[in-house]
Amino acid sequence: MGKFFRTIFLVDLFQGLWVTFRNQNPKYIYTEQYPAERPQVAERYRGAPRLNINPDNGETLCIACNLCALACPELLIVVGAERNEQTRRKELTTFTYDLSRCMFCGLCEDACPVDALELTQDFELASYTRQGWIWDRQMLEEGPTPTQYKC
Amino acid sequence: MPETTFLDSTELVLNMGPQHPSTHGVLRVILKLDGEKVNGTECVIGYLHRGVEKIGENRTYQQFAPYVDRMDYVAAVSNGLGYCLAIEKLLNIEAPPRAQVTRVILTELNRIASHLLWLGTHALDIGAITPVFYCFREREEVLKIFENYCGARLTTHAFRIGGLQYELYDGFEEQVKAFCEMFLPKVDEYEELLTHNRIWVARLKGVGILSGDECKEFGVTGPVLRAAGVKWDLRKAQPYSGYEQYDFEIPTGENGDTYDRYLVRMEEMRQSVRIIRQAVAKIPTGPIGKTPKVIKPATGEVYVSIEAPKGELGYFVVSDNSTQPYRLRVRPPSFVNLQALDRMVRGGLVADVVAIIGTLDIVLGEVDR
Repeated sequence: MGKFFRTIFLVDLFQGLWVTFRNQNPKYIYTEQYPAERPQVAERYRGAPRLNINPDNGETLCIACNLCALACPELLIVVGAERNEQTRRKELTTFTYDLSRCMFCGLCEDACPVDALELTQDFELASYTRQGWIWDRQMLEEGPTPTQYKC
Repeated sequence: MPETTFLDSTELVLNMGPQHPSTHGVLRVILKLDGEKVNGTECVIGYLHRGVEKIGENRTYQQFAPYVDRMDYVAAVSNGLGYCLAIEKLLNIEAPPRAQVTRVILTELNRIASHLLWLGTHALDIGAITPVFYCFREREEVLKIFENYCGARLTTHAFRIGGLQYELYDGFEEQVKAFCEMFLPKVDEYEELLTHNRIWVARLKGVGILSGDECKEFGVTGPVLRAAGVKWDLRKAQPYSGYEQYDFEIPTGENGDTYDRYLVRMEEMRQSVRIIRQAVAKIPTGPIGKTPKVIKPATGEVYVSIEAPKGELGYFVVSDNSTQPYRLRVRPPSFVNLQALDRMVRGGLVADVVAIIGTLDIVLGEVDR
């Protein structure tokens, strides 16, 4: 009898519709209005790479040890260094990071002994050219400058 | 002369995919049709082949870890766990207890995320559009936990060989507990939408029956096997990462049809919440483990398998005492489960093919590797 009643009056169908109706409540809106409302990504987010500079003297923190280039599974980091004859130390000259092949695994960041290379919270990395993906030292130090939209 | 069939017409060959939305990726199924009846199928795979196993031979053990996330990208954490366990066994080391408990929590969260994606897309294939939005809403909460923990949402690279890279963030336990609290009523909500829905039941009951013996013949594992009534779960059968400490049930079905597989997966999500709750309550303090700087295992081979959301995920690694594996073979659950498609589809209707592909829960990244 119960089954007959349920079949005739479509009870199960209305139960489902009631769930949908409950979720119409405006406090259950989860959509992010992306360009106007920018998401707050996590602190540990692995986004655009950055070469940190020492805030005290404006020099790079990188010691050109090449460990990031060795750790990278895709071999997309090229570190150029030159020996300074006066201080007898290796100094960074060029740093190339091919973002087009990067999978943001974070192994380079883990390998860095001085926290110079870091994956930051910047996530807007689109580029109109393939060349635009290959970041040089200047780009890595300054970081990307995405367009800010207002609604 | 071709064999004559229904209404004396000849067999119709229809290509389904590789660009069909309900093949869940780039699977191409060649259907041999007699009217609406399916007389046979042939799967064409390999559209997403990237040669992951070969890549593994050319990377060091640490460097290969991010690549395994890209096989079953819906359950990347499980893939990472299997790989790490395999290399740890090869090196004869074990992750510290704190790392093990964290691994269990994240893997179970990933199981929920994977099942949610399956439920949403499966319901979408059948024609119920509502569940997909609700499922993705809850999945988002899991992905937020992943993002907070390791910085990535999908291809997480959360675990490292020998333990973890990242210490738990502040508020991890609260966030996971809040998720469990929020999630259980939501599962009931999905069930309210679907379980007794007449269209859902009519489309799923008795469709794509695969008996327990047939499952064993094909090597099918995971929820598909359990829905056929075989109580086989690697978390119970050969516990890894401390699964023997947790109290949970293995849900099984009876008929081995699509509807039973749906019920089994729904119950699995509840059981995952149960495991997570037990694990969060007893995260031990201590070290989280450290990746060895140079991994150079002694000559030997090892096979480790874990219960991924889709079934048995195995890694077979051969080491030749160098920093790179000599051979790395992956046994993905989706690839093996997909073999059973022909048996399940044969004799059914065209519309059932969509339901059966959905219920197998395949991820083509894993099938093709």
